[in-house]
Amino acid sequence: MSILAYNGGAMVAMKGENCVSIAADRRFGIQAQTLATNFEKIFEMGPHLYVGLPGLATDTQTVMEKLRFRKNLYELKENRPMAPKVFSAMLSHMLYEKRFGPFFVEPVVAGLEPKTYEPFICNMDLIGCINQPKDFVVGGTASAQLYGMCEALWEPNLGPDELFETTSQALINAFDRDAISGWGATVYIIEKDKITIKNLKTRMD
Amino acid sequence: MSLIELCGMESFTAPKIDRNFEDDISKFCGNFSCNMELGVPPFSNPMQLNQFSKDESGRDIKIQFDHGTTTLGFMYQGGVVLSVDSRATGGQFIGSQTMKKIVEINDFLLGTLAGGAADCVYWDRVLAKQCRMYELRNRERISVAAASKLMSNMVYNYKGMGLSIGMMLAGWDKRGPQLYYIDSEGTRTPGKVFSVGSGSIYAFGVLDSGYRWDLTDEEAYDLGRRAIYHATHRDAYSGGIVRVYHMKQTGWIHIDNNDCTDLYYKYQEEKEAIENRV
Repeated sequence: MSILAYNGGAMVAMKGENCVSIAADRRFGIQAQTLATNFEKIFEMGPHLYVGLPGLATDTQTVMEKLRFRKNLYELKENRPMAPKVFSAMLSHMLYEKRFGPFFVEPVVAGLEPKTYEPFICNMDLIGCINQPKDFVVGGTASAQLYGMCEALWEPNLGPDELFETTSQALINAFDRDAISGWGATVYIIEKDKITIKNLKTRMD
Repeated sequence: MSLIELCGMESFTAPKIDRNFEDDISKFCGNFSCNMELGVPPFSNPMQLNQFSKDESGRDIKIQFDHGTTTLGFMYQGGVVLSVDSRATGGQFIGSQTMKKIVEINDFLLGTLAGGAADCVYWDRVLAKQCRMYELRNRERISVAAASKLMSNMVYNYKGMGLSIGMMLAGWDKRGPQLYYIDSEGTRTPGKVFSVGSGSIYAFGVLDSGYRWDLTDEEAYDLGRRAIYHATHRDAYSGGIVRVYHMKQTGWIHIDNNDCTDLYYKYQEEKEAIENRV
């Protein structure tokens, strides 16, 4: 068994028309045993910047704290918010620093570029190889199922409400076919002047 | 011609239709006439079978067949209650959420499946055949003790070759209600309360705290249902539907099927109602 599948978890981010979504399940477990159903894997890193860290739960939290530290230092020095693109590059470098003893997380970044409010999504592997497609990115133990769902449901120019529906449906139906993710879900819809956070009612088995 | 006969070959000039059809069955389809005979690789010691679970460089080959279950059964004053989940997983992947893990062997015999899905389904079917044959030969139903012994003897022949079965047999015979546990290691034991599978630890927690001999029927069904539900909530490899069966003097009856999602929100409401009262 891979250490990336020790705690389980599923994550997805999608681009829409002037908006992006990022969503994850809420399970924290150790292999087959579910310990908690209120675990956060998505973190706010700025006014229009969110990062999701599916994978080994201990590294989820460590990487999140290291990222927050580096981002805060940058913002104090530069006196301006960090753009998603810059944040992703920083994260990628941070992961590659540990090339021969990596953090076991597969990060997903979602946000809007400052000033232009251009949607931005990307994901990377555990040693920081960035992947920046125009439609959606996935991560976690249900990634195969998520690719299938997203490939079927995503279409260009989705509005915020449609984007919420598409993301939620993709996530729920993907993790219902994965034994070690699920038990609730959180969806973030990021728009220029509004962030919507919704907790979904899902299967709890 | 004589050389051919010497070599043990039949006359191949004769058309194939002339040869005995039964011969072909016994030679090439042995499993038709004896279900207990499975193919084994041609080794002097077929127990070396597990050498195939490693590749040439000694790494484990991943054969992940369906696994992971919660099943339970208990005896009380009203008979035997069986309750099971319905999820089938291969590794982390959920293959099915609607599997039937209780096998209706006959009107007075129920079996539960846990372990390798194919192993359980196959051997339960062979057991069902054997029980029916017994009935036809002896003009009476087989006792649960005898049926369980048939099962345990059959799988014992393959001990150490990788079969994975953990089953409960519930029935009602001349001696009253019966409950047996049988597994592929050769265990066969009668008892009052059993739970089998990856979620059994969670099910036992609920079952043991709520179990009494003088449970009413409704209380017994609810206990079985709750125990399986709580197992499905904690155990990743159990889930889907909770099925409840009751073995009575008049034969088994199917009580109900409940989706785990419905049960979760139902129990959640009950919990909140109690908390609000305090």
